[in-house]
Amino acid sequence: MKVNNSVLVIGGGIAGMQASLDLASRGFRVYLVERNPSIGGRMVQLDKTFPTMDCSICIVAPKMIECFRNPNITLLTYSEVQEVNGSVGNFTVKILKKPRFVIEERCTGCGMCAQHCPVEVHNEFDMDLGIRKAIYIPLPQAVPLKYTIDNENCVKCDLCQKVCGAEAVDFNQQPQTISLDVGAIVVATGFELFDARTRSEYGYGRFQNVLVSLEFERLLSASGPIGGHIVRLSDGRIPRRIAFIQCVGSRSLKGGVSFCSSACCMYATKESVLIREHEPECEVYIFYNDLKVFGKGFQDFVARAEDDWGVRYVRALPGEVVEDSKTGDLTLWYEDTTENTTRSIQADLVVLCPALIPRATSKDLASVLGLELDEYGFFKSKDAQFAPVDTNVPGVFICGYCQGPKDIPESVAQASAAAARAAEVIAQGNEGVH
Amino acid sequence: MKRAEDNAPRIGVFVCHCGINIGGVVDVPQVVEYAKTLPNVVYAEDNLYTCSSEGISKIKEGIGRYNLDRIIVASCTPRTHEPLFRAACEEAGLNKYLFEMANIRDQCSWPHLHEPEKATEKAKDLVRMAVAKAGLLKPLVEPEIDVTPSTLVIGGGISGMTAALCLANQGFRVCIVEKESELGGRLKQLHKLYPTLVNASKGLDQISGAVKANRNIDVLTSTLIKQVKGFIGNFEVDVQRGNGETAKFEVGTIIVATGTDVLEPVGMYGYGEHSNVLTQLQLETLLRDGKLEMPQRVVMVQCVGSREEKGRTYCSRVCCMTALKNAMLIKESHPRTDVHLLFRDLQTYGGHYEDYRRMAQDMGVKFIKYSLEKPPQVFPKEDGRLDVSVYHALLGEEINLETDLLVLSTPLIQCEDAKKLSHMLKIPIGPDGFFLEAHVKLRPIDFATDGIYVCGTAHSPKDTAESVSQALGVASRAAIPLAMKHMRTEAITAMVDENLCSGCGTCVKICPYSAIAKDEKGVARVTEVLCKGCGTCGASCPEKAITMRHFTDDQVIAQALAAVRRELA
Repeated sequence: MKVNNSVLVIGGGIAGMQASLDLASRGFRVYLVERNPSIGGRMVQLDKTFPTMDCSICIVAPKMIECFRNPNITLLTYSEVQEVNGSVGNFTVKILKKPRFVIEERCTGCGMCAQHCPVEVHNEFDMDLGIRKAIYIPLPQAVPLKYTIDNENCVKCDLCQKVCGAEAVDFNQQPQTISLDVGAIVVATGFELFDARTRSEYGYGRFQNVLVSLEFERLLSASGPIGGHIVRLSDGRIPRRIAFIQCVGSRSLKGGVSFCSSACCMYATKESVLIREHEPECEVYIFYNDLKVFGKGFQDFVARAEDDWGVRYVRALPGEVVEDSKTGDLTLWYEDTTENTTRSIQADLVVLCPALIPRATSKDLASVLGLELDEYGFFKSKDAQFAPVDTNVPGVFICGYCQGPKDIPESVAQASAAAARAAEVIAQGNEGVH
Repeated sequence: MKRAEDNAPRIGVFVCHCGINIGGVVDVPQVVEYAKTLPNVVYAEDNLYTCSSEGISKIKEGIGRYNLDRIIVASCTPRTHEPLFRAACEEAGLNKYLFEMANIRDQCSWPHLHEPEKATEKAKDLVRMAVAKAGLLKPLVEPEIDVTPSTLVIGGGISGMTAALCLANQGFRVCIVEKESELGGRLKQLHKLYPTLVNASKGLDQISGAVKANRNIDVLTSTLIKQVKGFIGNFEVDVQRGNGETAKFEVGTIIVATGTDVLEPVGMYGYGEHSNVLTQLQLETLLRDGKLEMPQRVVMVQCVGSREEKGRTYCSRVCCMTALKNAMLIKESHPRTDVHLLFRDLQTYGGHYEDYRRMAQDMGVKFIKYSLEKPPQVFPKEDGRLDVSVYHALLGEEINLETDLLVLSTPLIQCEDAKKLSHMLKIPIGPDGFFLEAHVKLRPIDFATDGIYVCGTAHSPKDTAESVSQALGVASRAAIPLAMKHMRTEAITAMVDENLCSGCGTCVKICPYSAIAKDEKGVARVTEVLCKGCGTCGASCPEKAITMRHFTDDQVIAQALAAVRRELA
C-alpha cells in the first residue's frame, strides 16, 4: 500500500510550527492542529527571550504568519484530535473542530464585535491579569485573525451579530468532525504550569503581591495588561525590591515534581535584567538552589546580570513568605545555605518560578495515540539516547517540552528532528520517492 | 527631465501601530496624513499590526485596488519582517524588490519614548526618506540554481552518522568525511551513558553498522577536507585521503558535525605531576576497560577549567552528570569506596537527571559545594596519596579529604581544526570557541551561510541524546533544498561596469565571500550566487565602477537628501 504524503502536527507552539514549516517547505502537506483559537503557543506570552533579549513576539510572529501563508499548511485551530486509527504510512485521524460561533471564512478580524460586546472576562493570554470580551482574539497578532465567542461567558445579547458587517457571527454553529489521512504524526503539545497555590507557604493566591513568573512576564510585556510598567497589583506602586524564588514545585519530593524544569534560572535572570532596565532603583534578588547555567551563553548571561545589572543571586532554601496585611509588603524567610543561617528579607513583590510540567491532557492524547508516558508524564522516547523523538508507536514522533524539559532553541532543533523522522518514514514507505 | 505623469510611480504607504510599541508614542494617524501629501504617494493607511494576517491582506488589497507599484511599510525592523512584506507584494503580483521599509519602531518610538511629538516628526522624516527611495526602485530577479541532491557530512561521530543515516533513508546521497581511521568519534571512548547506563558501544555499533550498510552513504575515513568552493546547491569539495590521494565531488548541502576536544588540565590540581590525578574521561576509559584499580577514596572536582571568571567562562553541561554516573558506577562495584564530589552548581537539569542525583546520594556519594573564590587545593603526601582541602560552607570551615584518586571534570572545548574549517566554509565561531549558529533562539542549527548546518558538540557541549536530536534536526534542514531540487538566490548583488573598471583588483581582494574574480579581459566579474550584497566592493572601488543593486547611488542619495528635505538634482 502506498503511504500517505501528509503529516499531522499536534500543537501550534514554536515546536509544532517549526516541524510544520520544515515539512511544508519541502513539499509535504501538513495539517497543524491547535486547540486554542490561535497558534503561537507559549512564546507569544513572553516579553523577551534569554540570553539574547530578542523580543519574543517579534521573532515568533513571522513564523506564525509563515504557517498561515504556506500553501502546504492547513491550519486547524480551535480543534482537537479525537481519534486515531491505522498505522505508520496510513493513519486516519478524526479532528473535532469546536464551534467559534464565528464563520472563519467571513470574519475579517476588524474587531467591531469585540468593541460592542458588553461582557468583560479575564484574558487567559494575560494570565487572567488583563481583560478581554466574550467575543475575542487571544492576542492582537492572532493567527488566524478570526474572532471566537466564548460560549461560557456570552450572554447572547446579539450585539456582535448586529454590528458585524461581514455577517460572520453564527450562534447556531455546531461542532464539526473532520477526517484526515496522514502518513505520520508529530506531537508537540508543550507544558503547563505547576499550581503554585499548593505551595501555600509562599502565599500565592493569598497575597496580591506574590505572582508566578508567567504573570510577571505579562506585566513586563509592552503588550501586557499594564503596558509593561512594573507596578504592584495591590497599590500600583513601583516596587523597590523584587525577590524571585526558584524551584517552586520542581526538584521537590514533597508535593511537586522531582525534575528540574531547565528554563527557570535563565528566565528569572532575564526578567531580573528587564526589571533593572525598567526601574534602575528597584533591587532584584534571585533565591536559587543550584544555578542551571548549562546552555550556550548562559553563564555569560548570568555574569552580565550580576556585574552589569546588579542582580543579586542568593543560594538559599526559601521557607515562607509573610505579608503585612496593611501595606501588602512581604517578608521572605530563608535558609542561607552558603552560611547555614536563617535570614529574612523584605520585598515589595515576590515572583515564584513554578515547575513547568507535562499537560494534564497528555494522558488523554497518549491514549488516543497509543503512546507511553514516562514516570513524570512526558511522552516517552523509544530510546532515551539514540531515538529521542521516536515513540513506541511507529510513525508517531514527539518534540519540544512535551518530550521533556527544554528551552526554545532545543525545542526548535528537536522539532526539525521530528520533521526529519516523519519525512524519513514517509520516504521509506515510498521507497525513496520524494 | 520630468517623468510623464502616467509613468510616475504609484506608492502605497502602510503605517503600523505595532499595538502600542509605535502607536503609544508616535501619532500614527498624523504620519498617515503626512504620507498622503508626499510625491507619488497615492494611498496611505494605518494598521494595528501590519504583520497580522489582516495587515497582509490590506497590503495585497491595496495593490489591486489602487494599482500600487511601490509599497512602503513603516513599522519595525526589516531583519524580521521584510521577507513577510515582500512575500505579500509578490503574492499580489508586484516584484518584491519594489518594497521599502521604514523602521519607525527601533529607530524612532523605542529610543524616543519620552518625546512623542519629536518622535512623530522623526517618523515622518523616515517615511519621507523611504518614499524618496521607493520612487527609484527597480524590479529585480533572483537567479534560479539547480541543487545537487547530496550532502557532505563533516565528522563521523554519533551526530554525523545519525544525520547521514536519516538523510540517506530519505533517498539522498551522503558522503561522511572523517579524519580518524574509523567512525565513532568521542563515543568510542565512553563506557556507559547516563541516565540509562546503556553501553556506549551498543548504540554506536548499531548505528555505524547501519551507516556502513546503507547504499546511499559513502564513508571516507582518514580523510581531510582540503577545500570547499561554491555555494548552496553547488558546493565543490576537495578531500585528501590518508594514502595521499585526492578526490573531488559535488554536494548540495554541508553538515558540520566535527565534535570537540576535551581540555587537558595541565598544571591544574596537580594533573601531570601526580599519577593519581586523572581527567573524568580517563576514568571513564579505565572503567570501560575494567582497568581501574579500585581506590578506597575518590575525590571528583567539577568545573576544572570551565565557568572561569575570564577565558573559558562557559559551563560544559555534561560533566556533572558524567561525574555522577561514574561515582555511582564506582559505588555500585565497591560500596565501601568513599566518593566525594566537589561541585559549584549541579547541572542536573531536565527529566531524569535530578532523580539521578538522589540515587547517587542514596548510594552514599557525598556532595560538597565549593565556590569560584575558594577552589579546592591539592597537597601531595609522602605515601603518594593526596590531601584535598576544600572550604565547606555549611560547616563554615576548611575540611581535608585524604584521597587515592583525584578525578578532574574538564570541559569540552572546540577542536583545534575548527578555525581552519571556519575560514574554509565562512562559518563564524562564537566567543566560547564553538561554531556560532544563525540565530541563537530560532535558527539554532543553521549557519548564516545558506546550505551549511551545524549539530552536536561542534555547536556547544551536549550529551548523546541532545546531539542525536540536533543531528536529526539538521537532517531536516539540509534536506529542504535537496528535496526542492531548485532554488532562488539573492537578487541584491554587486554589478560591475566594465567600461569603468580599471582592473585594479581591490574588490577581488576585499570580497569576504570570494564572489569576485577578474575575467579574461582583466576586469572584475561578480559570481552572483555567491554575492551576499554586503556592499564592501562598491564602497571600496576607486573608479566607482561597482553598483549595488537595490542600493544604487541614486537611490541612497535621494533618501539622504530627503532627510534634509531636498530633492535629487
